[in-house]
Amino acid sequence: MADPSNEKLDTVTGFKTTGHEWDGIAELNQPLPRWWLWIFYACILFSVGYWIVYPAWPLVFSATNGVIGWNSRTAVDEAIAQLQADRGPMVDKLSKTEIAAIKDDPELLDFTRAYGSIAFKENCAPCHGAGGGGAKGYPNLIDDDWLWGGSIDNIAHTIAYGVRNANSDSRYSEMPAFGRDGILTGAQIRDVTQYVRSLSGLPVPHGSDLEAGAKIFADNCASCHGDDARGDQEIGAPNLTDAIWLYGSATPDVVATITNARNSSMPAWSERLDPTTLKALTFYVHNLGGGE
Amino acid sequence: MNVPAHIEDDPDSGKSFYAKHKKIYPQSVRGTFRRIKWIVLVVTLGIYYFTPFIRWDRGPGAPDQAVLIDLPGRRFYFFFIEIWPQEIYYVTGLLILAALLLFLMNAVAGRVWCGYLCPQTVWTDLFLAIERWTEGDRRERMHNDAGKLTPRLAARKTLKHALWLLTAWWTGGAWVLYFADAPTLVYDLATLQAPFIAYLWIGILTFTTYALAGHLREQVCLYMCPWPRIQAALTDEYAYNVTYRFDRGEPRMSAKKADAARQRGEAAGDCVDCHQCVVVCPTGVDIRGGPNLGCIQCGLCIDACDSVMERLDRPTRLISYDTDINIEQRLEGKPAISRVVRPRTLFYSILILVVGAVMVWSLSARSVTSVNVLHDRNPEFVVLSDGGIRNAYTVRILNKRTIPRNFAISVDGLTDPTVEVTAATGQDGDQVVTVAADQTREVRVIVSVAEPPAEPSVPVTFVLADTEDGSVASATDNFRGPGTGK
Repeated sequence: MADPSNEKLDTVTGFKTTGHEWDGIAELNQPLPRWWLWIFYACILFSVGYWIVYPAWPLVFSATNGVIGWNSRTAVDEAIAQLQADRGPMVDKLSKTEIAAIKDDPELLDFTRAYGSIAFKENCAPCHGAGGGGAKGYPNLIDDDWLWGGSIDNIAHTIAYGVRNANSDSRYSEMPAFGRDGILTGAQIRDVTQYVRSLSGLPVPHGSDLEAGAKIFADNCASCHGDDARGDQEIGAPNLTDAIWLYGSATPDVVATITNARNSSMPAWSERLDPTTLKALTFYVHNLGGGE
Repeated sequence: MNVPAHIEDDPDSGKSFYAKHKKIYPQSVRGTFRRIKWIVLVVTLGIYYFTPFIRWDRGPGAPDQAVLIDLPGRRFYFFFIEIWPQEIYYVTGLLILAALLLFLMNAVAGRVWCGYLCPQTVWTDLFLAIERWTEGDRRERMHNDAGKLTPRLAARKTLKHALWLLTAWWTGGAWVLYFADAPTLVYDLATLQAPFIAYLWIGILTFTTYALAGHLREQVCLYMCPWPRIQAALTDEYAYNVTYRFDRGEPRMSAKKADAARQRGEAAGDCVDCHQCVVVCPTGVDIRGGPNLGCIQCGLCIDACDSVMERLDRPTRLISYDTDINIEQRLEGKPAISRVVRPRTLFYSILILVVGAVMVWSLSARSVTSVNVLHDRNPEFVVLSDGGIRNAYTVRILNKRTIPRNFAISVDGLTDPTVEVTAATGQDGDQVVTVAADQTREVRVIVSVAEPPAEPSVPVTFVLADTEDGSVASATDNFRGPGTGK
């Protein structure tokens, strides 16, 4: 530390030095203005005030609360309450508007799409994907193929009551496990597999017995999937003639489906979400691209 | 470099690491540079205080204030220019221009910014004028401060601080007027209906103006401002600085002694050591010590010295704007040289012209419509039941005009695409979207083709045609598919 009482005069600059020398090199004393020092002290005082006003010191199991009672949890709650208050009029309007009439009001349309998008990402995206593209076993919601119908009413019902769950209004149907339960033999399953694949124009292995497959189909599958194999949305039976395959179109995939059946389920969202959110979700899903 | 005289003379110097603040009492002065400073002060403060009240008709629904920063509406209006937030690069351009102009000014005439144009200088000048008007000139103020506080002096000081606060308050008040409709805000402020944030900002700026211009003054230049340090690195020996002419002034002595010395045939300088250059200096510098960190180069010492030289019938400009190279030239008895046009100044001028031209060009070529397209990422494409391919996009349309406009959306680059637009109204088979005046609108566009393209990615162009005037804006993206390779 330099010693200001031991100052010397530097002959070149005419300045006094700090009085300390390092191998003959001295440092000029360029004093800081004293008000600068006072500002430094004022900052320290300010920080003491801050400790008192805001939560600051960690204690063993909690922390000092601060005299104005501010805390970040309350601040978040207030921000959320403010957000809901800001959204209030639009949510109210949405709850009173028929889904079909939403697109006539540009402001409500933009709001519903945004509101539905948030609800979709929070609730639906884990299975159906952030963009509704689905995955193997989880239906794609943006193509033009629907298991239970793509009209607004059908989508609304599926979202509200789900598929194959405990809700009494749930969509329900069950495909038999043809192989596991011994209804069809392994050879029969192979034949009907290739027949079903041929219906969508997929290439079948040379020597497949499509006629035998057609017979097995008519006897076992047509009652639900229809004689023309175009499915039935009333009972969630997929159309087997189109290019869309929920569980895959490769031979082992189709064999596995016929052998064990799939029968996946979806929750009834009316048990978790309010009617306005369901309405926004219905509109959003219908609006993704596949709505009928 | 030398140090300001008031620090050099400080008896505390060397005894402590902290220097006591020595108050400076600049004396009033008359002359060319003082006149220039008054003109600059009136013009710049006039611009600052009154610009918010200038009106500019932009048509119905748009604000009619010439210069307005509309933060809630996310717009910046400057006469005929309207800037959207994403066009902030215009502001960046202005800042670059400002920096280059500062460099050019510095290369030509040193700290001319500090001496004439800097807000700190201008407001300090104004506050000093108020101080002189209420408390008298240098001698009177020094005498008063050294003596007792009489009721009369207290009254004068109270009046000074009241006027200072009033000026500071007006400064803060003018600031907030740039952020809202000025006449309305003035009325709201006066009737206590204005938003709290307006009062808060007026309070903050009142405090900073009062503290910086009234109390801190030269301390800002000496200890706070980074420009003197940067400036010293950017200057050269050809820049015009306020300079004392050693060759003429030294050896300094009183007029009587000088006459006697000259009669004896001895050397005598023109400087009579009257200290007028020091007492008028707003930063307390003795310019005769050479180039000085504290000197803001306002030229007031030139005015002071000239008036003395005129009285003594000696040539004026013993202190003048001169260059470092000329100091040496003159000491060596060589003629003065002037090189205002030199590589450094040419370089800055060319840069200023280039940046300015680019900004003017981009501003004049600025479109009133713009389109952004964002392709859906998850999934990139959808296979339809008939084997066709569908891509979805989010299209944001920006309508920068003050009237609502209709845009017909079409997609180029695909064979027979089907285009569906959310919120579009079908007009003559087109997909037409209405965008409100001075607004953006986001729509979802779904593009399908029956036959998957051979390439996994096909470039497509979204074309938006204004249905009224036919003007077209477009944006490119890609149409993705599995890629059949056919």
